[in-house]
Amino acid sequence: MSQKESLRGLTRRDLLKRASAAGASFVVGTGFLAAPDAAWAYEATHLDAETFATLVQMARDIYPHDQVADEYYVIAVKGYDSADAAAGITAGIAALNAAAQGKGFDSYLATGWERDRVDILRGMEDSAFFQQIRGGLVTGLYNQKAVWPIFGYEGESFSQGGYIDRGFNDINWL
Amino acid sequence: MTAPFDLNDDSVVVVIGTGAGGGVVASELARKGISVVALEAGARHLPEDFINDEWESFGQLAWLDPRTTSGDWRVAKDFSGLPAWIVKSVGGTTQHWAGASLRFQEHEWKAATTYGPVQGANLLDWPIDAAEMDPWYTLAEDKLNVTRTGNRPGLPGNNNYLVFEKGAKALGYKEVSTGRMAITSRNDDNARLMCQQTGFCFQGCKWGAKWSAGYHEIPEGEATGNLEVRPQSHVARILHNEAGKVTGVEYYDANGTLQMQKARIVCVAGNSFESPRLLMNSASSMFPDGLANSSGQVGRNYMRHMTGSVYGVFDKPVKMWRGTTMAGIIQDEARHDPSRGFVGGYELETLSLGLPFMAAFLDPGGWGREFTSALDHYENMAGMWIVGEDMPQETNRVTLNHDVKDKYGLPVANVHFDDHPNDIAMRNHAYKQGQAIYEAVGATRTFPTPPYPSTHNLGTNRMSENARDGVVNKWGQTHDIANLFISDGSQFTTGAAENPTLTIVALAIRQADHIAREMSAQNL
Repeated sequence: MSQKESLRGLTRRDLLKRASAAGASFVVGTGFLAAPDAAWAYEATHLDAETFATLVQMARDIYPHDQVADEYYVIAVKGYDSADAAAGITAGIAALNAAAQGKGFDSYLATGWERDRVDILRGMEDSAFFQQIRGGLVTGLYNQKAVWPIFGYEGESFSQGGYIDRGFNDINWL
Repeated sequence: MTAPFDLNDDSVVVVIGTGAGGGVVASELARKGISVVALEAGARHLPEDFINDEWESFGQLAWLDPRTTSGDWRVAKDFSGLPAWIVKSVGGTTQHWAGASLRFQEHEWKAATTYGPVQGANLLDWPIDAAEMDPWYTLAEDKLNVTRTGNRPGLPGNNNYLVFEKGAKALGYKEVSTGRMAITSRNDDNARLMCQQTGFCFQGCKWGAKWSAGYHEIPEGEATGNLEVRPQSHVARILHNEAGKVTGVEYYDANGTLQMQKARIVCVAGNSFESPRLLMNSASSMFPDGLANSSGQVGRNYMRHMTGSVYGVFDKPVKMWRGTTMAGIIQDEARHDPSRGFVGGYELETLSLGLPFMAAFLDPGGWGREFTSALDHYENMAGMWIVGEDMPQETNRVTLNHDVKDKYGLPVANVHFDDHPNDIAMRNHAYKQGQAIYEAVGATRTFPTPPYPSTHNLGTNRMSENARDGVVNKWGQTHDIANLFISDGSQFTTGAAENPTLTIVALAIRQADHIAREMSAQNL
């Protein structure tokens, strides 16, 4: 089955099945991406849902943090869902899928093991597309204040008077 | 209180740049009753304006005008358009510096003599020495409230320091402390507030506890009524007359309008990229290679310190970001001991980055689980910075890139740098020691992190006894043009192992004293 056929006429149920087969924790619907528990949802307007879902998976594979939920990866890349960026992203994801097919998988998203997806990414590591996505994630993911607590980072402390009375030297295991 | 001077007033000293060099020379001259116009490319940012958020602050303070890079240094690959992490603001990079305030060691003033010939290195002795600099260093330490000098107490150690100190002592290091820092450590020094252990030293101290030319030195100079600072004024060219004396400067004001300020004396202090760039962009038929460049040394011998970082991950939390960013130092390796396989020495200093900058700088370009599993343990990380003497090389240089222009249409600086084998040997030694320090405290993983964009930029208008070897004499006065001075770190003959700001400040105090004396004697 070609990549084109694999995408044709897929029902929501099929997509759900495919997504779970790929180990993905999100669900692709018609024009939107949602967590299985519907705690968050993002509706892609310029990218088709499959392309956007693939982009989110690619983002996670570049900077995988198992304790960071998909919604933060969605936030990190949703800037590409714009009139200006859509064509370039669509072409980049198509190349990613072609690379996956070159390795015998139906698509990038359908590549079940992370090590296989990473292998695909390694093969295109020097491409402008990969570097655009990776470079953008450095700020797009790690500069989200909402992810900082997941890593234990506390951000600014000036508003609380610094740490002079709040544990700047509280290490207790040395 | 500003003292507005007329554009046609040719009695003023024009100072270009207001950082550690320019800010101090401007205010010191003003204190002596001399009229000064300071032209600063950046805007004014005071403690209440600082933003304790790494990227937002970077956008507020960093010098982001275009520059280009070449050479084999990794910065040219990872940050090709950003060779330096320096500041565009009243106060210059003293807004961003961490405050480490160390004197040169005696032998470092005489690197050529001490180290002997080093292949590929353009080593030269400074025309001044430790004895001559001693009183100027004392004045600088008092101005900056440097801890562990003048009976000022040291800062307390934060979590990151306590890990570092324990590892250092386990390795047998003796010279370990929270260092000499230009950060007020008690509330009775010059009415400055003491350090509140807030972190974010690099983003501008919101308490004003860290010394900055921007909010300490410049306002004191302005209060004399003799100093006028014109922010957002980008100097395009230094002008001269037929006698070969400088007569004024052309600059773009805050509205982008070209202005001309006449001057009796011009002091250039735009940091080691902009200062030589300005001299070269001021080329004329009399000085076709740029001002003060008869030696051909303008822009050459660019030094950035041998740097790198080591981060360690532990099985328990450190929270290295809490407290003073760089109050921790090991000085045992700063000595000159060629048995280690290199000349010169290095300091190890505590350092922390917030999560956003750690993601950008831990392993630039890195990705995948090898990278992210390190960040997963960010809370359990400790960090240190390596800073050591790098070798001046004639081919490491700032040149004009005529293919890339800034918003005023002026050629930008290209920064070319190749590591010297001595730099590489020293960095590898420091990585090994740094990793051993953390392993001695139980680190489960350590990272030899490559250099960041340079904050210590030195040497591109170097000081020399003889005019053929450098650009300025022992006073920072250009060999070629008597009323043209260099007041920043670009006048460094060699870099030494120490963070350069205290030396830049001491040289600026001394230069202001010299200029005032020469003006009184009608020699200038």
